[in-house]
Amino acid sequence: MATKPRVKVPQQVKKGEVFEVKTLISHKMETGLRKDKKTGALIPRKIINKLIVKYDGREVFKADFHPAISANPYMSFFTKATKSADMEFTWVDDDGTEYKHTAKINVN
Amino acid sequence: MSKQGSTQTFTRRQVLIAASGLALAGFVSRVRPAIADAASTQEAIKKVIGGKDPKPGRIKLKLPEIAENGNTVPVSFSVDSPMTKKDYVKAVHLFAEANPRPNVGSFYFSPTSGKATASTRMRLLKTQNIVALAEMNDGSVYMTKTKVKVTIGGCGG
Repeated sequence: MATKPRVKVPQQVKKGEVFEVKTLISHKMETGLRKDKKTGALIPRKIINKLIVKYDGREVFKADFHPAISANPYMSFFTKATKSADMEFTWVDDDGTEYKHTAKINVN
Repeated sequence: MSKQGSTQTFTRRQVLIAASGLALAGFVSRVRPAIADAASTQEAIKKVIGGKDPKPGRIKLKLPEIAENGNTVPVSFSVDSPMTKKDYVKAVHLFAEANPRPNVGSFYFSPTSGKATASTRMRLLKTQNIVALAEMNDGSVYMTKTKVKVTIGGCGG
């Protein structure tokens, strides 16, 4: 259901620089308030409820999403460059599935 | 009814109409989940920040004045903070006063964030106020409120 995590980070950053990280993932973000047009039954809620971002093993950003977050949740935030390391992104689905992505941060 | 002050009597028809009205009201309220208002938003805010009293200032919201599509309304915020170990923003919480549920999202920062700025996209059912709260590391809370006009509501039917 949820696929194609996309992350945009600068190709290179200077040590100490505060840079922007943009993220996007495909997901319907079913609110749990919509009804099936044919049966009239409520479509159960299924959203990504959390995004956790680790940089060099340490958590640098976290977001809790509610059903009011749009489909294909977009999230951008800032962080400070410390050293060249991996930035790991984890999106957590209501059903417990984790979608992961890793981006390289090059610090010079 | 016919004579004022007399005990009200209802015909069978009136009773039936009233009953169907009630049934309909029940049905409608089940279809359309109760819409949040300023009071229930206050409750939701209390749940998130506890009994703290938010002060105005320090947090800024960036929203379109008119959102044509309520399904995807861009929202950004930034908090005036040096983001040092002694003085930083712990979290920002967003609420939409007239959505079926007021909570939109919570975003957590640390001194390593550099700045407490972030953007996302949200669903808005109709024209309403967006409330943003910034929780500082010293426990103080700052608040701002911005109105967004929504042309076509999101959230689905």
